Amino acid sequence: MVELIVFALMAAASLAGGVTVIRARNPVYSAMGLLATLFSMAVLYVLQLAHFVAAVQVIVYAGAVMTLFLFVIMLIGVDKDENTAETIPHQRRLAMAIGLIAIGLGTALVARGRFSWVPLVDTPASAAETNGTVQALAEPMFTDWVLAFEATALLLTVAAAGAIALASTRKPIISRVPSSPAVSPSRRAERGVGGSGQEGRGGHPVLPPAAGDTRAGS
Amino acid sequence: MDGVDILIVVGRVLAVFVLLLVTTIFNVWLERKTIADMQNRVGPDRAGPFGLLQTVADGLKLFFKEQINPSKVEYGMFVLAPFLAVIPALLLFMVVPFGRPFTIGGREVLLQGADLNVGVLFILAMSSLAVYAVVLAGWSSGSKYPLLGAVRATAQAISYEAAIGLSIVSVVMFSSTRAGGTLSLAGIVESQAGTYLGFLPRWNLFPQVVAFVIFFLAIIAETNRAPFDLVEAEQELVGGFHTEYSGMRFAMYQLAEYMNIFSMSAICATLFLGGWNGPTFDGQIPAWVSAVLPTVWLLIKTYAVIFAFFWIRATMPRLRYDQLMQIGWKRLIPAALVWLILSTVAISVRQFGLPWSA
Repeated sequence: MVELIVFALMAAASLAGGVTVIRARNPVYSAMGLLATLFSMAVLYVLQLAHFVAAVQVIVYAGAVMTLFLFVIMLIGVDKDENTAETIPHQRRLAMAIGLIAIGLGTALVARGRFSWVPLVDTPASAAETNGTVQALAEPMFTDWVLAFEATALLLTVAAAGAIALASTRKPIISRVPSSPAVSPSRRAERGVGGSGQEGRGGHPVLPPAAGDTRAGS
Repeated sequence: MDGVDILIVVGRVLAVFVLLLVTTIFNVWLERKTIADMQNRVGPDRAGPFGLLQTVADGLKLFFKEQINPSKVEYGMFVLAPFLAVIPALLLFMVVPFGRPFTIGGREVLLQGADLNVGVLFILAMSSLAVYAVVLAGWSSGSKYPLLGAVRATAQAISYEAAIGLSIVSVVMFSSTRAGGTLSLAGIVESQAGTYLGFLPRWNLFPQVVAFVIFFLAIIAETNRAPFDLVEAEQELVGGFHTEYSGMRFAMYQLAEYMNIFSMSAICATLFLGGWNGPTFDGQIPAWVSAVLPTVWLLIKTYAVIFAFFWIRATMPRLRYDQLMQIGWKRLIPAALVWLILSTVAISVRQFGLPWSA
């Protein structure tokens, strides 16, 4: 009975979180909706006695990933209006069709009697049963599936290193002398910077003037 | 599980809450008195004996103050954020065993909120959830200084969580050589029972001293205390993330901060200083004294760590932001990684012998 109540509450919370993600006008509220979904999923894992998975879900997704999401949202600025125009053609119609197909298949399964509910466990599991879940997860992971596990770890590391390598292509350091050819004429035109005496403006990072460079007039 | 068992569980949870709230009242007073003493001041001495009731008076004052809602706040998040600070702070202490389990009327009573088999991970999860309070407070205030504090808080928390996690991993691996591998804090405490050479307690502190230093520095940063308190640096950010908060909502942030200090110090004492282990003189003194003594040992160890928090706050100037990041990423995390590898090699050599010894 307890299991059913907790499941119903958490399933409702995760659905509400999911709806918030797509319906909220403010991206911060969307992020919080996603957080609610992730958190109620963690509670559902606990309900299935997968304590380790639940803890990792909270640490990794709620703790690290969502914090970074919020960080990015705040840095980019939440005051700007979101561009909600859909770029994929017929997106809504396609989504509707796929949804209808899924509902139809589900209904067919239930109607033909080929779907059986997992029976509720009324007696709470004993302490000995619940205390082995970390070991139960660790043993196959580090014995039978150690190669797959290590390969996945390597893949993640490569992906992370690759992301850093792609992101850190730095522009050459801008010359100290304002009229040097480090800024090409075309880029200068883009920014609307005119003559050689005006390089201090327009968001151009101004470095301390070199010796003998008098820019009092600019 | 019958009615009495449920009552015991409720009693344990209530005991944790009461312990946290009462120690918070004491800790605020203790910090003000300690720092006043270090700075040749008197500190609070008006309310009650030695000014002990000063915190109660301050709390009551904040309780009756108006809660101002500045016009630019994002109201929902602004109200939600203080609760998100207090809830993880209350839950954090749940997994810390604060006394030896005892048997009464045929039932074993654990002195612990909940003995989770993933207790260590629960600590990491709760401390990472605490960031949301700061981030949302900063963002929803609709003001520059809180936002700056919030952005700093995010970066700081993510950086130092890695150091905390890595230092805990080496402790867990080390205690697995004694207790058969467990992530439960009760198991880690039990693995530290006994002595080395008959006089030195078998605390994890001695074999894992590097991990202890890393963990201690990282929990100062994680609880946003000086010298890592850039989140609320008064001289730069007015009040940091809680600039726009007043009244009870502000009090909730203070409450959460002090509860986090107490819980993190207790966790530090549990992981490294043997938890509630200590001489209990079973059979030589009345039984109830033996039952209470472990809790006293834990509190003494916890307050030793808390005193170090206050001491550092009175001694060290605040770091610059780039220094904070350098210490986190270039010193603590590499040191924790190297220590983890070294201690893993040592443990596996002790357990399995050298690779070529066949």
